[in-house]
Amino acid sequence: MSDHKQTPVAGTQGDVTTKDGGKSWFYTDTVKDHFFHPRNFMMEDADPAQYNAVGKVGSPACGDELRVWMKVDLKTERIREFRWKTFGCGSAIASTSMASEMVTENGGMTLEEARKIRPQDIMDRLGGLPARKFHCSVLCDKALRDAINDFYRRTGQVDKIVVEASRVIDPVSKVTDHDIEEAVLDGALTLEAVQAKTKVGTGNPGVLPAVEELIRFYKEKYFGA
Amino acid sequence: MEHVYLDHAATTPLDPRVLEAMLPYLGHACGNPSSFHSVGKEAKDALDNARERMAKVLHVRADEILFTSGGTESDNLAVLGFCRANAGTGKHLVVAAFEHHAVLEAAMHLEKKEGFEVAYLVPDHDGLITTDQVMSAIRPDTILISVMYANNEIGTIQPIGEIGNAIQKYRAAEKKAFPVFHTDACQATGFLDLDVEKLHVDLMTLNGGKMYGPKGIGALYVRRGIKLQPLQFGGSQERGLRPGTENVAGIIGMAKALELVQENRVRESERLTALRDRLIEGIRQRVPKVRLNGHATKRLPNNVNVSFVDIEGEALILYLDAAGIYASTGSACTSTTLDPSHVILSLGLPYEVAHGSIRFSLGHATRAQDVEYVLDVLPPLVEKLRAISPVRVDPKYYV
Repeated sequence: MSDHKQTPVAGTQGDVTTKDGGKSWFYTDTVKDHFFHPRNFMMEDADPAQYNAVGKVGSPACGDELRVWMKVDLKTERIREFRWKTFGCGSAIASTSMASEMVTENGGMTLEEARKIRPQDIMDRLGGLPARKFHCSVLCDKALRDAINDFYRRTGQVDKIVVEASRVIDPVSKVTDHDIEEAVLDGALTLEAVQAKTKVGTGNPGVLPAVEELIRFYKEKYFGA
Repeated sequence: MEHVYLDHAATTPLDPRVLEAMLPYLGHACGNPSSFHSVGKEAKDALDNARERMAKVLHVRADEILFTSGGTESDNLAVLGFCRANAGTGKHLVVAAFEHHAVLEAAMHLEKKEGFEVAYLVPDHDGLITTDQVMSAIRPDTILISVMYANNEIGTIQPIGEIGNAIQKYRAAEKKAFPVFHTDACQATGFLDLDVEKLHVDLMTLNGGKMYGPKGIGALYVRRGIKLQPLQFGGSQERGLRPGTENVAGIIGMAKALELVQENRVRESERLTALRDRLIEGIRQRVPKVRLNGHATKRLPNNVNVSFVDIEGEALILYLDAAGIYASTGSACTSTTLDPSHVILSLGLPYEVAHGSIRFSLGHATRAQDVEYVLDVLPPLVEKLRAISPVRVDPKYYV
């Protein structure tokens, strides 16, 4: 993995620029490295049956679809292999590639460790992402948790399946009420602004009334209006 | 590294001859055309001269040309300014669904906030609007029809002369002054005939930054007798319809640019049509699963818009950028709504196809070897992105 010297941007500031010869770019060197040389993606000729857990999030209609395949050691429950495929923009590719390294490096994370990964962790390792890209393109933590549940389902450890505390509002983008809460706290006070951050309802407009209701609820809760 | 700029539909570089014409007015001839002294008069004369020269190219009267800050303002003035001034006559307008946002958003604003009704004409699968379609959308209270001359994303050329003629006949038969016909000709300027007498338009938008002229300058042709309400208020410049000190250097630059591109348009169109068709044919030969968006021949000589299915356009743009090829996408990631290109969607294509669309737009600087370079670089990049994509779009969208 390459060095990342840039100060991480917490998804709330402007676009990242690099300092290579004064030439600016929307993405950090680390993001570019992962984007141009993606790690661990699922090869065309690979056999999905070799993997013992799969996860999925998004749909091409929202501009992002991510599928992941994991090979989990049955004894230690560490992630030995993590493969992915994505239909997504540059930051979606880079963040998924980075996440695939994070969960498999140093002998692999345990499933319990992997479950704790948050989009911020992936972004920090990337050295930041442009603000407008962060919420919509970092999907890998969601697909990862989907795959972890799948592993427990397949191995009969039903008690270890964690249903997210938050409620999925849009089954296509898998955006939860918590995601919407975060977006509102982040300053997105209209449906358009929340959609820009989360992609909720893009290509699945049926959920929009519920989303609008939640935005109103959180606005009142935090801003009293 | 190679530098191949294929984004001329976004904006064109300044022609050196245009810059030369502008320079005096950025320097010693810096007067305000409204000032009562020699320096002001020099600017006023130059302004009048530029207006007359543009009028000649468009085959209109000089007082029918209004200078604005660009294509967006001209479109806004045509839609908002015209509809507000004529709301007493009717509150219905007809626009193509793939208009530029400067027309579309203005129409939607009138619809949402000012009590207008809007008919959106959906193009056919080739990105074309027909005269019949326009005529059958007209209601007794229709006051404005707006159809762009050539589309900015897919380059399809609309039958403006034919539509304009039909509207004129309708008005004559009905003994009415409405509906009025507007066209956004920003993308067409360098390639198509702009003679207003042949186009039968009443309002026409032009943009300096798309014709090798300066950015930040535009014009609106307004047929005599057409009422507009200004969008901004101030002095009496541009007959009070567009107050504010004139951008003299910009206007002189645009007039020069318009003369140059129109003078050369037939030759340049021939040259670029050959390069365009070579690029389309080469992509089809070397890259599987591609779709040409928009009609194959009824399109601008400089426009190639293709969907590389199963991949997302922005990722490909970045890969091309790293190879020194500068193209563009109407993809979601640049807009706040995250919806993919409304133009590609209007052709009846699904979201995933719209997300993979890329526009290459050629221009003066484009040479045959640039096209060959793109054809060498592109196939492995598409292949690489397809290898990491989980999507397999239904073949009916690209066969």
